[in-house]
Amino acid sequence: MSTSTAARPEEPAEQVLDVRDLSVTFRTESGTVSAVDHVDLSLARGEIVGVVGESGCGKSVTAMSLGGLLPGSARVTGSARLHGTELVGASEPVLRKVRGRELAYIFQEPMSSLNPVLSVGRQIAEVLQVHEGLSRKQARARAVELLALVGIPSPATRVDTYPHQLSGGMRQRVMIAMAVACGPQVLVADEPTTALDVTVQAGILEVLRDLRDRLGTSILIITHDLGVIADIADRVVVMYAGRVVERAPVHELFARPRHQYTAGLLAASPTPGRHAGTDRLQEIPGLVPVLSTQPDACTFADRCHAADDLCRGSAPPLEPQGGGGTSAAGHVAACWHPSTETRTLAATNQEPAR
Amino acid sequence: MARYLITRAGQSLLTLVLATVVVFLGMRALPGDPALALAGEDRSPAGLAAVRHEYGLDQSLPAQFLHFVTHALHGDLGTSVRTGLPVSSMLGAALPVTVELSVLAIVLATLVGVGAGVLAAVRRGRPAEWFANGLALVGLSVPHFWLGLLAILYLSVATGLFPASGFVSLFDDPLGNLHHIILPAVILGTGLAAVIMRQTRSSMLDSLSADYVRTAKAKGLRPGAVIGRHALRNSLIVVVTIVGLQLGGLISGAVVTEQIFGLPGFGKMTIDAVFQRDYPVIQAVVLITATAYIVINFLVDLLYSVIDPRIRVAGEA
Ligand SMILES: Nc1ncnc2c1ncn2[C@@H]1O[C@H](COP(=O)(O)OP(=O)(O)OP(=O)(O)O)[C@@H](O)[C@H]1O
Ligand code: SF4
Ligand SMILES: [Mg+2]
Repeated sequence: MSTSTAARPEEPAEQVLDVRDLSVTFRTESGTVSAVDHVDLSLARGEIVGVVGESGCGKSVTAMSLGGLLPGSARVTGSARLHGTELVGASEPVLRKVRGRELAYIFQEPMSSLNPVLSVGRQIAEVLQVHEGLSRKQARARAVELLALVGIPSPATRVDTYPHQLSGGMRQRVMIAMAVACGPQVLVADEPTTALDVTVQAGILEVLRDLRDRLGTSILIITHDLGVIADIADRVVVMYAGRVVERAPVHELFARPRHQYTAGLLAASPTPGRHAGTDRLQEIPGLVPVLSTQPDACTFADRCHAADDLCRGSAPPLEPQGGGGTSAAGHVAACWHPSTETRTLAATNQEPAR
Repeated sequence: MARYLITRAGQSLLTLVLATVVVFLGMRALPGDPALALAGEDRSPAGLAAVRHEYGLDQSLPAQFLHFVTHALHGDLGTSVRTGLPVSSMLGAALPVTVELSVLAIVLATLVGVGAGVLAAVRRGRPAEWFANGLALVGLSVPHFWLGLLAILYLSVATGLFPASGFVSLFDDPLGNLHHIILPAVILGTGLAAVIMRQTRSSMLDSLSADYVRTAKAKGLRPGAVIGRHALRNSLIVVVTIVGLQLGGLISGAVVTEQIFGLPGFGKMTIDAVFQRDYPVIQAVVLITATAYIVINFLVDLLYSVIDPRIRVAGEA
């Protein structure tokens, strides 16, 4: 990791993205819904951070709020700084300059996320035309290069095809080409492999890793597949009901989960490996609560075997936890009665992706 | 693409042949002896026989059909009983008026309808949407002829802004021509504009919430590009279908509108011919109308394949 010459000397590594106290609520017909609650998140240059959690825990909302892509019913508070530019509450023109140029997205469904009536080349060229002022012809030439970069065979002919003519994996590669066209600092990938076959998934993850290695792109990858996390992430953020409940380097998390929710997740999927495409984090009984306000309690208490009155009476802070074995630097969990288990499973034997 | 074009053109041609047969047989199946109408004053058996012979009515049906088709292909659609003029030259005078009226009405209706529809979708739940919806309701529920009469009453008779009737050729006097035809075109286009507006609005609401629009936004495109290039282009597929279905209604609307504004077009020619039982003219008019339908459908399909690559490619496969 390079030592930054940039502004903030108190930060050890160069933080590209720094999210603090991010909260999101939605106005709905049945009242306010709290989707994200005081989330802290950071992303260093060239780092891949995975965000895991069950469906509805606020992963996508967190991701969308960064680029100001949430609907008008959303209220976002807190701070999200991208290389010093505050994104929360930023004006549309400011956000337009950031989107696609410094902060790019890849979405889950590559079919519906691409425009069916425009050629893939045109869709890639567009982002170059708007941000880099390239002519249509130049942009098209760049699009061909980008298609080659993400591993699409015969890019010079594929550039003129339409999304429906490509396979799911190829479409997702097109999405990635589009996202990295302007060399963004941060790439947010919201379940980039969920809609794809397991074999295709591996290829997409390979492309992402390769981009990080070659271009130094920082990647925030959202998934509910622990196999994907084990495969590609450097650090993991575990979310539950809108809150970050645990944050740790990937091998540390798999070896010494502290939060009872994380421990349950790992216990429910004993072999988080490369092809664990079916681990959907659904094995813990109960549902993620939908909250209108965030209570001063652990929101996992209803499903936790270790819950007591302390858990139900006050929210545990996100802090380093002792217990069996020493916690590594940067490992924090929000739990009053952390798990002391140390796991020695396949996942920890795997080289953490780097 | 070329393959698709050829297939579609072949289908259109086949439809046209069938339409010609139906028109021909339909005319022959009408109650009453055409010879009686054709003969005019002279109704003696000898006179009728002469008329039958002159018009080929004494020949067998297949022979008559062949005669009709070969002449039609040479541009000879017979002679009007009423005016004594060749039907083709009557059409030559009347058709341009109607074509101009319809094209202008379609263009205006599309501009206004698509514009208002997009506005209503983008400004959902705000005054602009209510206004556009209100206008559409008026456009749909008030009949043409009533709007036309009101327009004549207030814009022509009371204020003299527009001529109440009459026509000058586009080639003789372009400005005068526009002055005469703009009001009828607006009236004719209102219903269509209302339908297009509603359709555009609802399909825009769909596309605006589509994933690819989120992608477009996430790329940092301007709202104009997000709405125009991404959302609208997809919405137009549905809009084109609806417009295509509505164009038939436009032809009959043109007949009424021409009558109200006294435009010497195809509609007026049709009505005169029907009242006077001018068989050769009726036959030609029906044939032209059928052809127009077929050509319009063909054009609509072409437009589809321009807008939607999925159709273009499916046709190739
Ligand atoms: N537009 C919205 N209006 C109201 N509530 C919303 C809206 N979008 C999301 N939510 C709520 O926010 C919460 C978090 O949703 P989010 O989409 O971030 O979940 P997720 O973690 O991405 O789940 P998944 O794994 O299913 O994608 C959910 O409870 C959801 O109901
Ligand atoms: S704080 Fe209490 S309820 Fe929450 S996870 Fe820890 S032990 Fe369970
Ligand atoms: Mg999601």
